[in-house]
Amino acid sequence: MSEHISSVKLYVGIWLALMAGTILTVVVAGIDLGPLNPVMALAIATTKAVLVVLFFMHVKYAHEKLTKLVIVTAIFFFLILLALTMADYTTRLWT
Amino acid sequence: MHTSPPATVEGEAHENPALLHHFATEEQQKNAASLGMWLFLITEIMFFGGMFCAYLVYRYAYFGDFAAASSSLDLKLGTINTIVLIGSSLTVAMAIRCAQVGKQKAIVGYLVLTIILGVAFLGIKAIEYKQKFDEHHVPGLANFHLEGHVPRHADVPVNQNHAQIYFSLYFAMTGMHALHMIIGVGLFAYLTYKAYKGRYGPGYYTPLENGGLYWHFVDIVWIYLFPLLYLIDRHP
Amino acid sequence: MHRPATWPRRPRNRKFQVTSMATAVLETGERETYLNREYGIKSWLLTVDHKRIALLYLMGITFFFFIGGFFALLIRLELLTPAGDLVQADTYNKLFTMHGQVMVFFFLIPAVPAVLGNFLIPIMIGAKDLAFPRINLLSWYLYIIGGILMVYTILAGGVDTGWTFYTPLSTEFLKTNVTTAALAVFVSGFSSILTGLNFIVTTHRMRAPGMTWNRLPLFVWAHYATSIIQVLGTPVVAIAIVLVALERLFHLGIFNPTLGGDPLLFQHLFWFYSHPAVYIMILPGMGIISEIVCCFSRKRVFGYKAMAIALLGIAVVGFLVWAHHMFVAGISLYAALIFSFLSYFVAVPSAIKVFNWTSTMYKGSISYQTPMLYAFGFIGLFTMGGLTGLFLACLGVDVHVTDTYFVVAHFHYIMVGGMVMAYLGGMHFWWPKISGRLYPEGWGRLAALLVFVGFNLTFFPQFILGYMGMPRRYWDYSHSPEFQILNVLSTAGATILAVGYLLPMIYFLWSMRYGKPAPDNPWNAAGLEWTIPSPPTTFNFEEQPVVTWEAYNYDELDQRREEVPVAH
Repeated sequence: MSEHISSVKLYVGIWLALMAGTILTVVVAGIDLGPLNPVMALAIATTKAVLVVLFFMHVKYAHEKLTKLVIVTAIFFFLILLALTMADYTTRLWT
Repeated sequence: MHTSPPATVEGEAHENPALLHHFATEEQQKNAASLGMWLFLITEIMFFGGMFCAYLVYRYAYFGDFAAASSSLDLKLGTINTIVLIGSSLTVAMAIRCAQVGKQKAIVGYLVLTIILGVAFLGIKAIEYKQKFDEHHVPGLANFHLEGHVPRHADVPVNQNHAQIYFSLYFAMTGMHALHMIIGVGLFAYLTYKAYKGRYGPGYYTPLENGGLYWHFVDIVWIYLFPLLYLIDRHP
Repeated sequence: MHRPATWPRRPRNRKFQVTSMATAVLETGERETYLNREYGIKSWLLTVDHKRIALLYLMGITFFFFIGGFFALLIRLELLTPAGDLVQADTYNKLFTMHGQVMVFFFLIPAVPAVLGNFLIPIMIGAKDLAFPRINLLSWYLYIIGGILMVYTILAGGVDTGWTFYTPLSTEFLKTNVTTAALAVFVSGFSSILTGLNFIVTTHRMRAPGMTWNRLPLFVWAHYATSIIQVLGTPVVAIAIVLVALERLFHLGIFNPTLGGDPLLFQHLFWFYSHPAVYIMILPGMGIISEIVCCFSRKRVFGYKAMAIALLGIAVVGFLVWAHHMFVAGISLYAALIFSFLSYFVAVPSAIKVFNWTSTMYKGSISYQTPMLYAFGFIGLFTMGGLTGLFLACLGVDVHVTDTYFVVAHFHYIMVGGMVMAYLGGMHFWWPKISGRLYPEGWGRLAALLVFVGFNLTFFPQFILGYMGMPRRYWDYSHSPEFQILNVLSTAGATILAVGYLLPMIYFLWSMRYGKPAPDNPWNAAGLEWTIPSPPTTFNFEEQPVVTWEAYNYDELDQRREEVPVAH
């Protein structure tokens, strides 16, 4: 938990970046990037999510590493769920 | 050593009525609440994670049908909703900042604004649901039908079953998200009331901070839902 | 006898009451404890005292243990003869389903954390309560609401999906009470999540000065590891069960193969939680055994750090192995290989634990009191359960014994031989602290012996049955009557086991009234919980304890006892 007080300017800046990301993701969706389509969409979404977590949720200013550890743990196990499930679906010899 | 209970427990209880008996200091209580909230949010990540996993499996298997079904969503309303929700995240952050700097009235203002934006989001979502209902895009109903073909494959008609799976996931994911929004609006109504009573200020704003974490989390879920549901293979 | 309604009723916004300290004496001359501080049903149902909530859980859990046991007994009776003569096939399906669901979701998962963990964790780390006492009470209410839904399901005619809710059987074909059973599991899941969340925050934030991570009792470490699984895993099964309910209600096709869905997806989501859930059941038991083995060997635990890391290791690796439940269900062969390989890894931290318990006992001065008997039982039976688990992790053997009694025997060796043994051992070990009374030691040893003998007689024959090819979940084996002799042995064992389980309940209840008052530290055990009176006061500690010693400092304890002779 942070006692850090962010400036209004920073909050508005983050908000503008999030808005830009939203517009960008819609625009990029209209362009064919081949296999990079979902990569691009997820990259933009993840950038937006990281901005929200770091600045709006004040994780950047948390004075212990525990908060970050908790978040990373959750993402790790979520990716385990996806990765090992897809390890099944992508290698089946039948459909 | 002490023969009576630690002085801190009794002493600080007088200063801050919000300090519960079993914590020694306000900082300990605040840190406990914050960690508890983050742990709650990771349970939420895993809760939505199960649906994202299902989504990934079927998007991988039925990509063309998912793309066709995704294109039937109203991109304009979806984008507006994203913008509305991001705006509400800003107002939440501002409300907490106002508590930190002690602007009591502005807290209420920003919280009310947050609620308005949250309700607006739900309203727009309701319009989208109504559209889907009118277009017979609701899975499980006998009249389900999705016109058209797989994008760029004019000869491949949409597989109705696979499209139904897309819409099942669409309704499950956005519905669960909307449920979280409704809970969030209720939570913020409570926080607004407390803020109106002057409960929060630089010395104590833990519920506000934790409510904010919840709201931002729900926002993040939407940040992912939007491209994954609305923007599959949209390009010509 | 009326006490002023102070803290337990409304903790909020009240200042701390100095008068309620441990030295307080009631009008009757008794010492004030958490048990006699307040009377009346309201003082229990609205309590936020972690010790009282633990006792509330104890009642619920005991109730469901006997419900589940009753179903088990009916199952064993049906299998006494080859023909399906006691119950019909449909009834039998319901019996094993409800046995599984009641035992897994309403006994095994909550038992140790919600009763012993709730009672002991705050005391062991030197805190007045869990971090969120009201959330603790809320999770008990969720458990009870889930329990009522389960009881409703049973009374309304039961459910026959198997405890695993496999689709599309559960979503498409069954007309029984699947939705209420699913809801029961869903609600009790949230109880489990909140308990885990509470324990993690408590362990991080409420430790007494000097109670460093390296000094935590392994019981607390075990619950910490358990809580990680509860927090990360339970939500996934919750959403999977929500999807099953939605699919039933709205005829969706997410898991329905005729509509393009994949039933295996449900199994993935289900086992992502339900395999780690096995460790939710066993890890707290391992914590108990570590406490007991040290105490009755009068030694510091061998390899403390390795033990703590092994607990966390089991929790983490436990998340990587779930699809070994699906080897013959039609998953990809390559994925099956990966999961088989990963499954072996769980054996490493598990073996570390078994070796370290044994090493702790080596050259210790062992005494054979009731809790230690259960600990011996646990170590032996857990080892057998674990080793047969390795058979099942092996792809080739698994294909042969999947869905046979071999699997049934294997997981009962872990769940009943391991977890229930540990639970009973822990109940005996801490009963003097919980109730302030001593149970009759002779009866205790007899019950421990009966449980051990009865258990092995029940489940060892099932290994052989399974290896010979008797499938699980069949109510009639008249096509192969040669299975009968082993089934008779198993049923006979189950009867002994039932007596073994009833005995402790009887003498625990008896001891509450007639048992000898327990001293503060009847075992001369290490740990903060033994430094406070039995039973403890509402706020546990008279003053904030400061920890200056390592966990399991039995050398010091015994030295001190030699210097100062204890008066008897």
